[in-house]
Amino acid sequence: MSVDAATVRRIAHLARIDVADEEAEHLRGELNAIIAFVEQLSAVDVAGVEPMRSVTPMALPMRDDVVTDGGIADDVLKNAPQEDAGFFVVPRVVE
Amino acid sequence: MSEPTQLTITEARQALTQKRISARELVDAYLAAIESARDLNAFVLETPERARAMAAEADARIARGEAKPLDGIPIAVKDMFCTEGVRTTACSHILENFVPTYESTVSAQLWRDGGVLLGKTNNDEFAMGSSNETSFFGPVLSPWRRKGSNTPLVPGGSSGGSAAAVAGRLALGAIGTDTGGSIRQPAAFAGIVGMKPTYGRCSRWGTIAFASSLDQAGPFARTVRDAAMLMRSMAGHDPKDSTSVDRPVPDYEAAVGRAVRGMKIGIPKEYRVEGMPAEIEALWEKGQEWLRAAGAELVEVSLPHTKYALPAYYIVAPAEASSNLARYDGVRYGLRVPGANITEMYAKTRAEGFGAEVRRRVMIGTYVLSSGYYDAYYLRAQQVRTLIKKDFEDCFAAGVDAMLTPATPTSAFGLGERGGSDPVEMYLNDVFTVTVNMAGLPGVSVPAGLDVQGLPLGLQLIGRPFDEETLFALGAVIEDAAGTFQPARWW
Repeated sequence: MSVDAATVRRIAHLARIDVADEEAEHLRGELNAIIAFVEQLSAVDVAGVEPMRSVTPMALPMRDDVVTDGGIADDVLKNAPQEDAGFFVVPRVVE
Repeated sequence: MSEPTQLTITEARQALTQKRISARELVDAYLAAIESARDLNAFVLETPERARAMAAEADARIARGEAKPLDGIPIAVKDMFCTEGVRTTACSHILENFVPTYESTVSAQLWRDGGVLLGKTNNDEFAMGSSNETSFFGPVLSPWRRKGSNTPLVPGGSSGGSAAAVAGRLALGAIGTDTGGSIRQPAAFAGIVGMKPTYGRCSRWGTIAFASSLDQAGPFARTVRDAAMLMRSMAGHDPKDSTSVDRPVPDYEAAVGRAVRGMKIGIPKEYRVEGMPAEIEALWEKGQEWLRAAGAELVEVSLPHTKYALPAYYIVAPAEASSNLARYDGVRYGLRVPGANITEMYAKTRAEGFGAEVRRRVMIGTYVLSSGYYDAYYLRAQQVRTLIKKDFEDCFAAGVDAMLTPATPTSAFGLGERGGSDPVEMYLNDVFTVTVNMAGLPGVSVPAGLDVQGLPLGLQLIGRPFDEETLFALGAVIEDAAGTFQPARWW
């Protein structure tokens, strides 16, 4: 498989990364080099093989459903690019 | 007493408790070394005030006879670990001004045990790289040079700053993260010891995530024993990381010097790759002789899926990265580049905030997870991962205690020499280390010799899950035979 210019645009949009026109062609070549490299995996017989879901054979631990953290709104907002009255500020989303 | 920066952690600890040196003196010696080595660009942030304050506390404890295991030991921390009140950037423009309000569990445990923070070290942006050339703050120069040459060399990556700091005597120990070889490869290039523990041994909480099922924190040190001491403080269960494993932390230092007689060491035949330099092959042979002389039994083993580890990694790691890095959107923290609407703001922020390698990997990850491609790429890669892990399990079930392999396919290369036109060329650096992450196993790189150019080469030991102790025991045998290595100072 290899990607064309339109696919590069689509991926860039999905990844929310602006790609300039002159960059797209270059990126297409690089992505295709990586895709060609990982293509080797199609030679492996994976019939009936379980995909790895957990690196260590263990069940996810459960804990009591109680509040263990919170009340640190100032900390949470400390690195915000823009905040107002305890809220993150973003460009208008709803007209 | 010899120069303070020449002491090992073991020696420094002794000198401190015997009051032949104070923590303050030791830290000042390191701060001076760091200042005079700024050309290496190993640190992206120096924290001298904090270091001196922590040293003063250590001195007070030592004076009271209440010394902790790492009291007064100056440590450098990769800029992937969040440090409370100390800027943490992942060496990315997108986090250039990020100051965490919390401390990573691993670094907190070092401070709990008396360690002293010297500063934050340089790394490949978001730990994506094998040469430290993708850092927003510029590359790190290796303290090593080829004999009779001034060509600047890479320190390896992604933890290049930590490796350069320890090798260049700018820190007594350092910590890094290893997703595909990011501790072991730079350790090998720098002639020092670097360990990636078993997945789940160290908490990932507060560590900036790259690929969550592969990332592990680990130590850099100049000796195997020093690495063992750091590991003891770093390891342990943390309820804040659900993949952290609840089992006791052994006294790793006690494993150093332990007999290896009768141990069965596997030599995986698939690691004899085409085009491997004769010197690396010879060093590998030498490593086998050293272990045999110590009473270990060497057996050839087969890990048939080895060659698929790297391609599978370049699906799994970018896929997880694309998901982890989705959080950098210019809303809650980090860089924001204005746009006409919110989507445009996201796309502009991420285009400007991420460097070329990070953009490339996020896009590859987005592609392999996208509708219609998930089964062909991601699912298949996770199946291959099961097979890679099974290869190791079969060997361990047959009685193999650990495996010995080269750490890297070459010694350090020059700045800008690799991966310029083809990203895959750079990826091949991790061919011997990446299998270990894919299988979640512990691995350690131990310096084993110098090549004809005078550059360090390392050997890698791979162990059973949670059997870091055997790696420390075997690593010490190699270290005793090979000695330790130090670059000639030119900076």
